[in-house]
Formats: sequence, structure tokens, C-alpha cells
Amino acid sequence: MPTPALRPCSSPDRDAMTDAPAPFLSLAGVSKRYGGVRALANVDFTCRQGSIHAVLGENGAGKSTLIKIIAGVVQPDEGSITLDRRTVAFPTPQAANEAGIVCIFQELSLMPDLSVADNIGITAPPRRFGLIDRRAQRRRAEELLARVGCEDINPLMHVRQLPLSRRQMVEIAKALGRNPKLLILDEATSALTAADVEKVYAILHGLRDAGLSLLYISHRMHEIEALADTASVFRNGQHIDTFAKGARTDEQIVQMMIGREWRNVYPPKPQRSAPPAPALELRDIGWENRLHGVSLSVGKGEIVGLGGLDGQGQRELLLALFGVLRGVSGETTVNGTRRRIGSPAQAKRAAVGMALIPEDRKTEGLMLPMSVRDNISIAALGAMTRGIVVDRAQEVQKIDAIVAKLKIKFGQLTDPVATLSGGNQQKVVIAKWLLTGARIVLLNDPTRGIDVGTKQEIYQLLRDLADAGTAILFYSTDYDELIGCCDRVLILYDGRVVRALEGSDITEANIIASSLNLTLNAADHAASATAR
Amino acid sequence: MNNLRLRLSQNLGLWLGVLLFAILYTLYSTLHPKGWTVDVFVQNSNESFALIMVSMAQTVPVITGGIDLSVGPMMTLVNCLASVLVSGSPGAIVLGIVACLAAGALAGFVNGCIVVFGRIQPIIVTLATGAIYIGLSLFLRPSPGGKVDDNLSWVTTNALAEMDNTYHWFPNGAPAWFSTTIGKLPMPIILIVLIVLLVWLPFRNTVTGRGCYAIGSAEGAAYMSGLQIWRSKLAAYTVGGLFAAFGGLYLALQTGSGNADIPQAGAYTLNSIAAVVVGGTSLFGGTGGAVGSIFGALVLRAISFCFRVFDSNGPLGFLANPLLQPIFEGVILLLAVSLGAARVFRIKNRLTLFS
Repeated sequence: MPTPALRPCSSPDRDAMTDAPAPFLSLAGVSKRYGGVRALANVDFTCRQGSIHAVLGENGAGKSTLIKIIAGVVQPDEGSITLDRRTVAFPTPQAANEAGIVCIFQELSLMPDLSVADNIGITAPPRRFGLIDRRAQRRRAEELLARVGCEDINPLMHVRQLPLSRRQMVEIAKALGRNPKLLILDEATSALTAADVEKVYAILHGLRDAGLSLLYISHRMHEIEALADTASVFRNGQHIDTFAKGARTDEQIVQMMIGREWRNVYPPKPQRSAPPAPALELRDIGWENRLHGVSLSVGKGEIVGLGGLDGQGQRELLLALFGVLRGVSGETTVNGTRRRIGSPAQAKRAAVGMALIPEDRKTEGLMLPMSVRDNISIAALGAMTRGIVVDRAQEVQKIDAIVAKLKIKFGQLTDPVATLSGGNQQKVVIAKWLLTGARIVLLNDPTRGIDVGTKQEIYQLLRDLADAGTAILFYSTDYDELIGCCDRVLILYDGRVVRALEGSDITEANIIASSLNLTLNAADHAASATAR
Repeated sequence: MNNLRLRLSQNLGLWLGVLLFAILYTLYSTLHPKGWTVDVFVQNSNESFALIMVSMAQTVPVITGGIDLSVGPMMTLVNCLASVLVSGSPGAIVLGIVACLAAGALAGFVNGCIVVFGRIQPIIVTLATGAIYIGLSLFLRPSPGGKVDDNLSWVTTNALAEMDNTYHWFPNGAPAWFSTTIGKLPMPIILIVLIVLLVWLPFRNTVTGRGCYAIGSAEGAAYMSGLQIWRSKLAAYTVGGLFAAFGGLYLALQTGSGNADIPQAGAYTLNSIAAVVVGGTSLFGGTGGAVGSIFGALVLRAISFCFRVFDSNGPLGFLANPLLQPIFEGVILLLAVSLGAARVFRIKNRLTLFS
């Protein structure tokens, strides 16, 4: 692979297109420091109307800071912002809103106890006699929901009652309702179902054709390929390069992002002659109307993927195993012994040795205001006591070891875990569970919103764990991950395992087809339709 | 139909409060020898008014995820102020009333300013300002006393018909359509309805009022949606102060005097929190409303009413001992709150318990 020369300080505009219209938004010499950390260093950046502009970079590369500065959430230390040929400053998110800059953030900006209509109308509701006109607001919400193809959402529902994927569509409808001139999407599609992603693509293309300027941040390369016409890469707070779609290969882009040679992301899979001894066996697991007779087994040292469209019962299956759900039917066998697991506390007991890396690390994985140290040791404290008192020395020693193993980056062990970047936060969650000595690890979409570099480290870690005999059950919404990481992939559809893919059968085509419950080569795969 | 069910389920707390009140009050009225008469009705609503107002006052800060421990003291302060100001010529009375309401709103505004600009937890701020307001009340009224306009006092604590008897609305005597129908309505109930219609419902439907719910639901999301957080919080405490002022003013009209009663102020504050919870407003903020708190306060009042009518020879005779009342109140409160928490048993995913 040829190594392209990087041009860190070349003028991005001239690079991209020469006869383009004047930029809509441009940043000149913008810098931002957080304490001792330099988040953005002298960045020049422009985006123009009628364009979808992707911003790429690892977590901590400065993308979020860039977005926050444009959206008025944080103030730059140096540099100027020009919008529509006028120099502007946005002291608050409102000021940016009024200038036509609307953001869809990774952390949803919806208020769960308010209705969908209230949420959509919250900033500028239709008014009558100075009061909010609820009927008009509801009609408006219905229109906007229809525009994003979500007529099925009742605007009177509280946002709390909607699943994450629907909430994200409400978030998009809310943004459209504010008539943006510049729309910023920060990982806005990470929780969407495949069907909704198509709708969102269509909406975004429509907005671009209507002359809007769109900034799009995503870690998913194929999304960027499908959407963007221009892309900028950031690394370590610097603007590395801007180029038109197709001007760089994937390898080049990734290399720019991580700043080192791109090698295979996924560790090699081991060749097995015989199936491994099962560590976890499930028979006929059912729950409410979300899971129906799920039977599967995960062998020692095996990584088994759960695939399929979003919301087909994958999350519920992991939660059921971990004792979170009530009224689960069926049998769970761990290392040959039947176990009833009624709570996470029972699941993590030494006899079961199970760990779940949850979907939402901010609420279910971490205690954000607590220190890195407390978060890492919290699940394994019981094993670090002398008498009834926690043995501090032993705790620190174990934490140091796991921090070194996972290469977690932070300032001080006593810093709140909230100050870490997304990737490092996820490593803390994983570290927490590894300290418990879990032999069965369940992962619920662990790489959502995480940069390429950290993803790669997590894949390697999973393979190392498996090689050491850990059984891993791994749900991912990213097909590439399933293909690259898993020894076997089970596809769920409507709460059932509809297909098991193994070895060279694990292909994108097969995963997609079975996710839609289409039977290609029915004869070939009828036998493998039930998992081992 | 579907929407109706949705709305019902979203206001379950309110309806449980209404139901509980209906049960308790029916029990009371049935046992009372003069039950279901205008006189009893008027008397009960008089006794409930101040607690209802203080509970509404508590509701607004609670919706934002805060709390106001100074609602009782604010009520007491206005009560003492009214015993100084609300008497004399009609003009002086009107001015006095306006001054009393403004004083309450100002006290709430001060709370809000310290919470918003001092960035101190509401519980501590209002504990401190509450003590200050009590101190000011003691300055105004070192001992109980003062004067409140008799006519005004009379009409506001009786049925509407007395309005005509006192101020002679109808020169030729009240027509039958008036005296037999709305004339029988107790004034305190009319006042509550007016306050709800003219203060609470409009406030709730302003952007600022909606912002209060948004803050209590997810403050970060509210900020990112470009809402004026500070304005909503400030308004919440100010409106709270205004409601407390209505309560204090009414207390002065009801007793005809002012009294800087410290234990009473404390009891009103604590009962207001209980009423808010019974009325379906979450102490975490974001849900509920002042109308629920009205019924929450009524539930608390109905419990104490019931204790007056238990016949020591009747089937509920063992309850006739007034010493049992605090225990009974505590049990009912727990029961009411548990009813609201009954959803726990229907939840199949334990994680949703924590969100």
C-alpha cells in the first residue's frame, strides 16, 4: 500500500474544489484548551451551502470541540468565526440557534418526561395570546414526524415511552422544526434501525439539495461514503486534510485519522478442528413477546456474535441472561450446571462468573461523578477485602494492572470518570468487569460512538480474552464487526434465532439476508437454522 | 380513545389523589350528622385553603427538580404583613392585598435568585431564607394580633351568597337563580378555581412554564435545546412565592389576625411536600402539576376531618382516639405513595426502575 504524504497545513479549500461558492461558515485560527489539554490547535475550517460535509477523526481528535464551538456550547480561546461573510460569536447555544445553526447531538437533547410534541416545539412553540397553542403544536409535530417518515409516533407519547431508535428520529424531527441553515449531526444515526437510516439519508440529501449546509460526524465509514460529498479529517486537535468524496481511499483516510499505518483491524480468528466445550448453554429462553424459544450455546474461548436488525430481541436476550428481566422462561446452563440468575448480583457470583458490558455506558456502565478508580473496582470490591474493609493496597495494585493492560488514558486515578473520552470510558467499563474475573462476557453494542483506534484495541482484547478461555456473546449493530470478530454469528429476527453463520459463511450478504429473514439457498441452510 | 388512555396513564398520580380524596371525604360526610350541607362544605374548604395554596407553591419548584422549604415561612410572613396592611378604606385594602401578594412573589424571587445565580442547592437556600422570613414575621408580629377588614374576611370565608348580603350586588335582593345555585358555592373553592385558571394554567402553558418541566426532566437537554434555564427557575420560585402569599393572605382573612407561628410554618412546609407527592408530582421533577397537589392537600385535610366524626361506639370506634391521628396520617401517606409506586409490579425490565 502506498503511503500518501500528509499535508497537515495545506489549504483545505483549494484542495477540495477550486470554483466553489463562498463558504457559508468558516473558522480561522480557532484554538481551545481545557486545562492542560489542547483540544483544538489553530484550526481553519470551512463548509459551504448545498453540501454534506463529513468530519472524521478519532475520539479526542477535536471534532466534538469543533462542533461545540460552532454551536455556541463552548467559547474558543482564540480565532474567529465567519457566518455568511459576517464575523460572529455565539456565547450560548441559543445565539447559534438564532443564526440558523442547529445541532443533533450524540447525547440526545430530549426531555424524557415531556411529550413528543412538547419536545419538538420546546424552543419556539406556536403561541396564541402569548400562551403555547397545544393543538397547533401537536399538528406541527405530526407534520414534522411525517416529514421524517415516522407517522407511527403519537405526539402525545412521553419521550420516555419510546425506544432509543425512535427517540433519535424525534430528535431529527425536532431539529428540522427549527428551520436550520447549518445542520450538525453528531453520531446522529448510531442508534437508528436500518429502515430509519434510509429515511434519514433521503432527508439529508433533500436538505442538501435545498441549499442547506450539513456537517456530519460519524464513525461509520460506509455512512460517510453514502452521504458526504466533502470530508475533513482531524487528529490531535488539528485539521489534517479536507478532500472531495472519492479523492482518498479508505486506507488513506484511516491512516490520516490514526496517524499510523493501517493494518488489519481485526485479529486473526483461530482455526478449530472440534467445537469447544460449552461454557454457556441456553434452552428455550422466552420473555414477554420479545423473545421466543431462543436456544444457543457459547463455547469456552469462542466469540459468538448476535446480529440482525435493531430491536429483534438481541438486547433483551443479554438482559435476560444477566438477570435484569423478570419472568424469563427457559433454562440457562453454565459450565454444565443449571443456574437461575435473578439479578446482576447473582450473575457476577464466582459460580456463574458473568459480566455484561451494557449498551449505555453513561447510565448503566459508569457512575460518572465517581473517580476512575472507584468505577474500575466497584464490581470486584467484594474480592478485595480484608475482613469487611476494602484492602486499599490490593485495590490499587489490581487497578494499576488492568489500567496498564487496557491502556486506559486519564489524568489521575481520582479524576471523575466523566472527564474521560468516550473510548476510555468504555475501557473503564470493560476493566471493571474484567476485574471480577468473569468467564462469560456479554457485550451489548460495545463500540457505539467509539473511535477506530479504541475499537481496534477492544477487538484485540476480546480475542485475547477468548484465547484465555473466556466465552463471549457479542451483540453489535455494525456488520463489519460481526464479520471481523466472531467465530459464529447468530441472527435474531422477531425474538428468534433464525440463522447461525459460521466460518466463511459469515458475509455481509448472508447477514443482511438473514436479518430480513429472507431465505437464500434455503436448502443449504435449513440445517443450520437452529443454533448448536 | 387511544389518546385518552394515554393521557389517563400519564396523569395516574393525579387520578389516584382524586380517588383517595373522594373515598375519604365520602366517609367523612356520611359519618358527619350535617354531612353534605353547604355549612360543612364551607367550613372544610376554609380549613383547606391555606394548605392547598402552600402545596401549589411547593409544586412549582419541585417540578424543576428543586424544593422550597420556605413555603410555610413565606405564608407566615404574608399572613403577618396582611394583619398590618389589609384594613381601612377600600383603596387601602386593595393596595394592601397587592402589597401582600407582591411581598410573597418577592420572597420567592429572592429564593430563585440565590438558587440560580448563587448556584446553591435549593434545599439549603430555602432552609436559610425560610428562617429569615420567619424572623421578619416575628419583627412584624412579635405577638399574635393585628387587624384585617371584617367585611372582606366575612365574604371570603363564606358562600358566594354572602358577597351579595355584604356588598349588595343586587339592589332588589338576590334572584333565585343566584341564591339557589352558584350562591351556595363556598368562596374558597371559587378562589382556588380562579387562581388555577388565571395563574397556574397560563403559567404552565408559557415557554417559561414549559421550561420548568423540561429542566426537571433533563436539565442538560433543556440547556442544549436553547431554553433559558435561569428564567424558568427564577419564575418557578417566584410563582411559588405568589401561591404561598395567597395562602398567607387567606389565613389572615380566616383568622382576622396575624401570627408568626413557627411550628405552624414548619408543619405547613412538611405537609406541602406530602401533598405534592400524594398529588402525583415526582420529587425528581419533570412530571405532575399544581392541580394534583390541590387534591394531595385535600387528602391530607380529609384525613384529619375524618378523625372528628368517628363515633367511639361505632364500627370505627377504635379510631376515635385523636392520639391515633398522626399514626393514621402517616399510614395513609405511605399508602397513597405506594399506590403511585404500584407500577413497579408491572415492570418486567428491572433497569427501567432506575431511569
